[in-house]
Amino acid sequence: MNLHEYQTKQRFAQFGIPVANGKVATTPEEAAEIAAELGGSVVVKAQVLTGGRGKAGGVKLANSPEEARTTADKIIGMNIKGHIVQKVLIDPASSIQTEIYLGITNDRTVGKALLMASSEGGVEIEQVAHDNPDAIIREWISPSLGLRDYQARNVANDMNLPREHWNAFTKITQNLYRCYLESDAILAEINPLIINGDNQLFALDGKMVIDDNALYRQQVLAEVRDVSSEPRMQVEAREAGLTYVKLDGQIGCMVNGAGLAMTTMDMIKLYGGDIGPANFLDIGGGAQADRVAAALRIILSDPDVKAILFNIFGGITRGDEVARGILQALDEVPTTLPMVIRLAGTNADEGRAIIDSANLPNIQSAATLTQGAQKAVAAARGA
Amino acid sequence: MAILLDSTSRVLVQGFTGREGKFHSQKMMEYGTTVVGGVTPGKGGEWVHGKPVFDTVKACVDATDANVSMILVPAPFAADAIFEAIDAGIPLIVCLTEGIPINDMAKVYEYLKNSSSRLIGPNCPGLLTAGQAKVGFMPNYIAQPGNIGVVSKSGTLTYETVAAITAAGFGQTTCVGIGGDPIIGTSFVDVLQLFEDDPQTEKVVLMGEIGGRAEIDAAEYIKAHMTKPVVAFIAGRSAPEGTRMGHAGAIVEGGQGTAQQKIDALREAGARIADNPEHIPDLLR
Repeated sequence: MNLHEYQTKQRFAQFGIPVANGKVATTPEEAAEIAAELGGSVVVKAQVLTGGRGKAGGVKLANSPEEARTTADKIIGMNIKGHIVQKVLIDPASSIQTEIYLGITNDRTVGKALLMASSEGGVEIEQVAHDNPDAIIREWISPSLGLRDYQARNVANDMNLPREHWNAFTKITQNLYRCYLESDAILAEINPLIINGDNQLFALDGKMVIDDNALYRQQVLAEVRDVSSEPRMQVEAREAGLTYVKLDGQIGCMVNGAGLAMTTMDMIKLYGGDIGPANFLDIGGGAQADRVAAALRIILSDPDVKAILFNIFGGITRGDEVARGILQALDEVPTTLPMVIRLAGTNADEGRAIIDSANLPNIQSAATLTQGAQKAVAAARGA
Repeated sequence: MAILLDSTSRVLVQGFTGREGKFHSQKMMEYGTTVVGGVTPGKGGEWVHGKPVFDTVKACVDATDANVSMILVPAPFAADAIFEAIDAGIPLIVCLTEGIPINDMAKVYEYLKNSSSRLIGPNCPGLLTAGQAKVGFMPNYIAQPGNIGVVSKSGTLTYETVAAITAAGFGQTTCVGIGGDPIIGTSFVDVLQLFEDDPQTEKVVLMGEIGGRAEIDAAEYIKAHMTKPVVAFIAGRSAPEGTRMGHAGAIVEGGQGTAQQKIDALREAGARIADNPEHIPDLLR
């Protein structure tokens, strides 16, 4: 789960990381009021859960409350990579001497948190990693020892950060790690961490990603999830206990298991050429009728879908149970779209018999995954 | 022979009295696995399938000489269950639980590396040695004894492929599901090494997916050390960047961990690549 910049900075402030005292506006009028309150120049920043806001024109300087109003008016409602801007953060403008990148993420290759820093702040770390990998300084953090002060000093030293800032830098780094850990984050980054005109270290922008698996114990963060910024189908799927990702193809997929779901998408792409999968959807184990129905509703609410492919391998999940689930779901959510059903594994024959006995003209069955993908592609073309 | 698990393995189940724990231990016993007992804190003294339930792993091990633990407890308690199994000195721990927070797993991983235990998983289907024993979710009927070793990050895709290998007339030594989380106890390389050293295993099937670099490490290991042929399939060629595809670890980030990079590395290392998992049996001929 991603946090907005303003949410991240509120969190940072709670952990003692210096941030600007800006506020969030949802209307141009509010933006003007906040700018007047702050006084002087402000920066109006689009709050969207995607990178590249600056390039898209979502971050602008305003020298007066009136200018903040007109700027906010332009930015609110803007479409940045498919995300509609609903809120802007109004921060006091800062003078910048130096920009630093400081981030903590999980390094899955060693199973530890990784502290990364670069004197090339303000640009995305992936870009630095690509253009100038040596500019990134890394320290791995032992989960049992925690971040040691010397590690922060190592980083400060390697970045040639002037010594007068080392104490403040160490403190910010320790606070960032505490914030990372206590928020169950998988990414907490300050970019840029600046040295401002008053020679103080200061978090100008920030980003946090929270581990979805830990949300059960991060109630406060779970409650600030901005569902309005997510596709509606994704929210519905999550609430139904399904994993759904919208893709840009034409064949809706309903599969049990994440690996098999990805493979089903790959097979559609392999045999489809210009026809591709419309979604990733894992219905998980068990596949009871209500869950199949919820999944079907979500797939059918996607107007791009021209055909549906069910691919169920019955292990623990039984084919006859899934077949009944599909028929019950079709009762609740009728459709005339062509459907291809491929059942394999436990009780697959019984499952196929149940589907056949329903005699639905828009359903055909497939014996293999390959055949299922090919039939679904043909059906999507014919539709 | 085979690897990790055989007919002499003595399995205890952490989470024995739960619905899933009961169901799957029943299936394991039907397969011939020696399940010696289980653990559910607060339920010591009860019996499940005629086997004793203990309050602690230590008590269970003392009484039963268990040497494998299957963990099937809810995610909030799973890390603690793994620590308990490590401290009880269990050599092989198989954690099936999905959804363990990554910070918990970072602590487990560090502790594990300083112990003598091996962890398979978490978020995995477990493992099965054909005709001998199984720990986890793999359906009982999919495998038959043979000489193909299978290692995979996924569940149902593995069942499919193992069943297809069996249908084509081959059999398996051991099928190992290592799990789809970012931090797992046993990597592809660990299992490849075991298969390379196992005299009964003649060929290996590896099934990977997008995210991380475990398959790249596997390719490097294959190139440098494997004498046995490897057939590989990588899922997620059509997955978009920056989106988690079901498994917590299945995500392409910053252009890294794509299916194509993994396919290229494995092909370069001499593995045969299947672009469709149903073609894997053909590539084993």
